[in-house]
Amino acid sequence: MSFKLIRQALNGNGLLPRMWRPRPVKDRYDVVIVGGGAHGLACAYYLAVEHGITDVAIIERGYIGSGGSGRNTAIIRSNYLTPEGVRFYDESVRLYEQMATQLDFNVMFSQRGHLTLAHTDGAVRTMRRRAEVNKLQGVVSELIWPDEIERLCPGIDVSDHPRYPILAALYHPPGGIVRHDAVVWGYAHQADRRGVHIHQQTAVTGIDVQGDRVVGVETTGGYIKTGTVLNATAGWGSTIADMAGVRLPLTTFPLQACVTEPLKPFLDVVIVSGSLHVYVSQSDRGELVMGASVDPYTSYSMDSSLAFMESIAGHMLELFPFLSRVRVLRQWAGLCDMTPDYSPIMGFTPVHGFLVDVGWGTYGFKASPICGRTMAELIAGERTPDLIRPFRLSRFEEFDLVGEKGAASVGH
Amino acid sequence: MLILSCPNCGERNVSEFRFGGEYNPRPPDPDACGDAELAAYLYLRDNRLGVEKAWWFHQAGCGLWFLAERHTKTQEVLKTYVWQADEAREGADDD
Repeated sequence: MSFKLIRQALNGNGLLPRMWRPRPVKDRYDVVIVGGGAHGLACAYYLAVEHGITDVAIIERGYIGSGGSGRNTAIIRSNYLTPEGVRFYDESVRLYEQMATQLDFNVMFSQRGHLTLAHTDGAVRTMRRRAEVNKLQGVVSELIWPDEIERLCPGIDVSDHPRYPILAALYHPPGGIVRHDAVVWGYAHQADRRGVHIHQQTAVTGIDVQGDRVVGVETTGGYIKTGTVLNATAGWGSTIADMAGVRLPLTTFPLQACVTEPLKPFLDVVIVSGSLHVYVSQSDRGELVMGASVDPYTSYSMDSSLAFMESIAGHMLELFPFLSRVRVLRQWAGLCDMTPDYSPIMGFTPVHGFLVDVGWGTYGFKASPICGRTMAELIAGERTPDLIRPFRLSRFEEFDLVGEKGAASVGH
Repeated sequence: MLILSCPNCGERNVSEFRFGGEYNPRPPDPDACGDAELAAYLYLRDNRLGVEKAWWFHQAGCGLWFLAERHTKTQEVLKTYVWQADEAREGADDD
């Protein structure tokens, strides 16, 4: 990449080739993916690279990466609570480690370490349990105490002055942040190069089901004949599934986030506090990127609220009192499809050819690579890979849930 | 901020209330349910983009559980009212 940049600069024409290009919508595709986020694009990429399936269309209502993929706080980690979750997300971390090379695009993955703070005895016990579950699965994860927290993160208030003093933390060195737009663009570029069609500004308006089988998709770009439709949306999981007559165990909540004005670098770890409902990291530009828990009631609105800002500012100041004069630059919201057990839903539905990759709650982005890869394997092989079997839709009527609420980054 | 009208107390800020989930009537005879029907009642939701009938609890007020019809995108509240026995029958008919 760097040599290419230098060559382009010396050439003087200044422009790199287009990353992806608009193409006419064909009237049939082997696979239609609804949603041009990191999940859908990763699936298209892996279908092309690992299974030779390139007759694939991505149908995106807005522009690629405009949903959850561009609204998250870009945190990557694998220190989950259930063995199923830890295994799955750890594969994802591994793929993030190789991503820049594989996609020939700098995704700025920075494994700076991830600290989940515990402010109560109950939280300390959960952290200890998570550390042990993580270690059993080969994931580096350790319970540490205030002196070490302060060494890793100078400036954080580890005294007993706050209302909820910091008692311990779960330290996860491989965790970190990534440039989320770059992940979307990298996948889009590599998928496009291999013949995948990316249709932006195209909305799905209906799914044509005959008998119990998908035969096509109605879009604002025309009718597309296809036997395989993947619902890879966040926030519209229920709406798209409803078009195929499938009812899902989802409820949609907005999740808000914000960034401050740029500051000199002082925070080189990711700090998460479940009890205080806040997580924060410092971006390469110096902005503090902060998020909290989902809004208290279901909504499809992406409006920002003052209640969120007041709450997150108060909690941030408990952790970092010296930030009291820092100004907030931007605030936004994304939509999260929550499931009853806080684990995602991946795989087959009662309608043949209609597949889902939904219900990612507040942690969909960090799963993009492994999710794309396993869903591509499922589509190509028409069977569920072992890694994602625990997340099948039928687990609900089998009462075989995967309770992951304890590892959700903040309380819900 | 969203304003809800509690049937007892009148208009209050949403921060006084707790959201109780979309209205989801219990099967008439839970003991006679098969696994699929029970799972549908426990887990499946309409999660509608549009007007949703849902439970609310006036936590910081009179403690009443009531129903509200609210548009999940525009946040317009069409009406709030106290649950009546015929509500359950109407819901059961929908299934």
